[in-house]
Amino acid sequence: MSTPISVGLFVTCLVDMFRPSVGFAAVKLLEDAGCEVHVPVSQTCCGQPAWNSGDRADTREIAIEVIKAFEEFDYIVAPSGSCGGMLAKHYPELFQGDPVWHERAETFSGKVHELISFLTDVMKVERVSSKVDASATYHDSCAGLRELGINAQPRKLLASVEGLSLKEMKNSNVCCGFGGTFAVKYGDISNAIVTEKTANIEAADADMLLAGDMGCLLNMAGKLRREGKRTEVRHVAEVLAGMTDTPPIGGKRE
Amino acid sequence: MQITSPGFKRNATRALGDEQLQKALGHVRSNFIDKRAAAAAALPEFEALRDNAKAIKDHVLENLDIYLETFEERVTAQGGNVHWAATASEARGHILDICRKAGARSVTKGKSMITEEIGLNSFLEKSDITPIETDLGEYIIQLRGEHPSHIIAPAVHLNMDQVRDDFKKAHTHLDANRAMDEPEILLKEARGVLRDRFLNADVGITGANFLVAETGSSIIVTNEGNGDLTQSLPKVHIVVASIEKIVPTLEDMSQIMRVLARSATGQEMSVYTTLSSGPRRPEDPDGPEQYHVVLLDNGRSEMIGTEFQDMLRCIRCGACMNHCPVYHAVGGHAYGWVYPGPMGSVLTPKFIGVDKAGHLPNASTFCGRCEEVCPMRIPLPKMMRHWREQEFEKHLSPPAQRRNLKLWAWVAKRPTLYRLATRIAARGMSVLGGRRHRLGWLPVASAWTKHRDMPTPEGGTFMAQWKGKR
Repeated sequence: MSTPISVGLFVTCLVDMFRPSVGFAAVKLLEDAGCEVHVPVSQTCCGQPAWNSGDRADTREIAIEVIKAFEEFDYIVAPSGSCGGMLAKHYPELFQGDPVWHERAETFSGKVHELISFLTDVMKVERVSSKVDASATYHDSCAGLRELGINAQPRKLLASVEGLSLKEMKNSNVCCGFGGTFAVKYGDISNAIVTEKTANIEAADADMLLAGDMGCLLNMAGKLRREGKRTEVRHVAEVLAGMTDTPPIGGKRE
Repeated sequence: MQITSPGFKRNATRALGDEQLQKALGHVRSNFIDKRAAAAAALPEFEALRDNAKAIKDHVLENLDIYLETFEERVTAQGGNVHWAATASEARGHILDICRKAGARSVTKGKSMITEEIGLNSFLEKSDITPIETDLGEYIIQLRGEHPSHIIAPAVHLNMDQVRDDFKKAHTHLDANRAMDEPEILLKEARGVLRDRFLNADVGITGANFLVAETGSSIIVTNEGNGDLTQSLPKVHIVVASIEKIVPTLEDMSQIMRVLARSATGQEMSVYTTLSSGPRRPEDPDGPEQYHVVLLDNGRSEMIGTEFQDMLRCIRCGACMNHCPVYHAVGGHAYGWVYPGPMGSVLTPKFIGVDKAGHLPNASTFCGRCEEVCPMRIPLPKMMRHWREQEFEKHLSPPAQRRNLKLWAWVAKRPTLYRLATRIAARGMSVLGGRRHRLGWLPVASAWTKHRDMPTPEGGTFMAQWKGKR
């Protein structure tokens, strides 16, 4: 028997704190695909908040710890296009001109994948075995879409979920207005952007809103609940893993 | 012009509450995006053309001095004059000198963002020379005493009713009861008024979309033909262009032209593409007696060799702002200076200082759509991040924000402490959220809960639960 593929699960700080269900869904999907899943205990965050705030020194220190904790695995997988993009695309930029760490970062980054695209593109998963009786609309989170090219992969796997119908919303590829600290620093602008997004979500008339990034999901769920709209919000991995018995993100409409 | 970039947040809030503006901005969203997408899709080689356009400009930026000197030689040989301007004030000085020597009282202008950058109109007015904008959008905002809110659609923030009222006020020589209820009628009226101005202008000033080194030509692309009248009717034609507009050959120009209009308006080509290469020659039926090119640096050469060099590839198509969710929400004036949208968020800190324009590169979600559509493949988010780094290094970001970030980073580098802190926070918020699984108000995140609920954590952290299960 050949050695199983080892995957280091980069849980992401938001999944760790807000939505452990997504982490367990990721573990299930990876194990179903035949991977051996490891969760290094020293992981905290990918450093993106510091990186996008212009704090390169702290980002670098955080990145070094992440690389050290994960570089032993065949692959590093994150249930997030945003954190995945940070690890896969931005880590090498951090160490430009550093002879030792740049190469280590390049090697590390080459093994990083976002969860859903890892399943389809690397593990060649064609379908999942879950069953969810509902309709869903899918939001393309920006970093996943534009940094990692994630677009068809989640739709392909969602199409294999028994009982699920996908209803596309208008402008699914337009930002939801989250943008990390942007949502707080420029709250009024962020609100205008997410208001347009939730209008498109509502118009799609689906039972569920799905996306691959917790940041966007918290933002859209928070707005949908505030507006009293009915759409329930989940991470796409929860549906693909058939783990939908937990309350949705932000609960249900009252 | 008055800089209001430091008050970006105030500007934005005001813009968000401006119903008329919001309606006008809806047109940006619906008009430009689909047209660009269709134009790009209709051309199989569009992506390859983008690569080519980028390569041409990258080559130019590596050899800028050579091409600029070649351009100067060609223009001079053709009887024109090239004036080098290191700063905005030098450029204004050159233009005023030329106007004074020509005894100019009235100056027509084709659309030019560079003349906005150097504040030319107010400067000429102070010198008793009347500048007349001849691009329809520019003409309208000049009547209103405003500045462009978009680099290619300067009056995109206005609606027809406003234009009609402006024309009523300005064109007092016309019958007060004339019909003005169709855009075509307003267009005809502006055309009639401008016709006289064209014929009576002493000097015509245009910008340039390209300068071509091999032929010493300046090129403008327009949709109204006003640029042609501006540069061919008066006795003096002044081109005001920034140094990075140069390309080596006409072939290079036509390569970049293929992505320019498609990215800007979705047109295959703009309606008019006009080349001018010097004053009227004896055999020419018309043309100016004098031909001047004012070449503006204004800090651009300092960008070469820095992390901002890529920005000098910009061809001012406006695709970045057309696709920007922040621009869509607040419009161009909120940015508080000449250049709005993502390209403005990179350029403005360079021109007016990151201390004044710091909000601009921060007011981005980094959604990346600007970079996705930029015909010159300029990594706009990356450059905005460079500005954030400079702010952070210079301690310009707000102290509270820095403290929070530093505290967070300090904890994030200590996994054991981090585990404990997240467990407490997750548990605490989960209890507060209860069975609603959300909070309508959270004091530490009031900027969030002002507009949306805060979904609360499920309870235990993943890491704690994982440890228990495996």
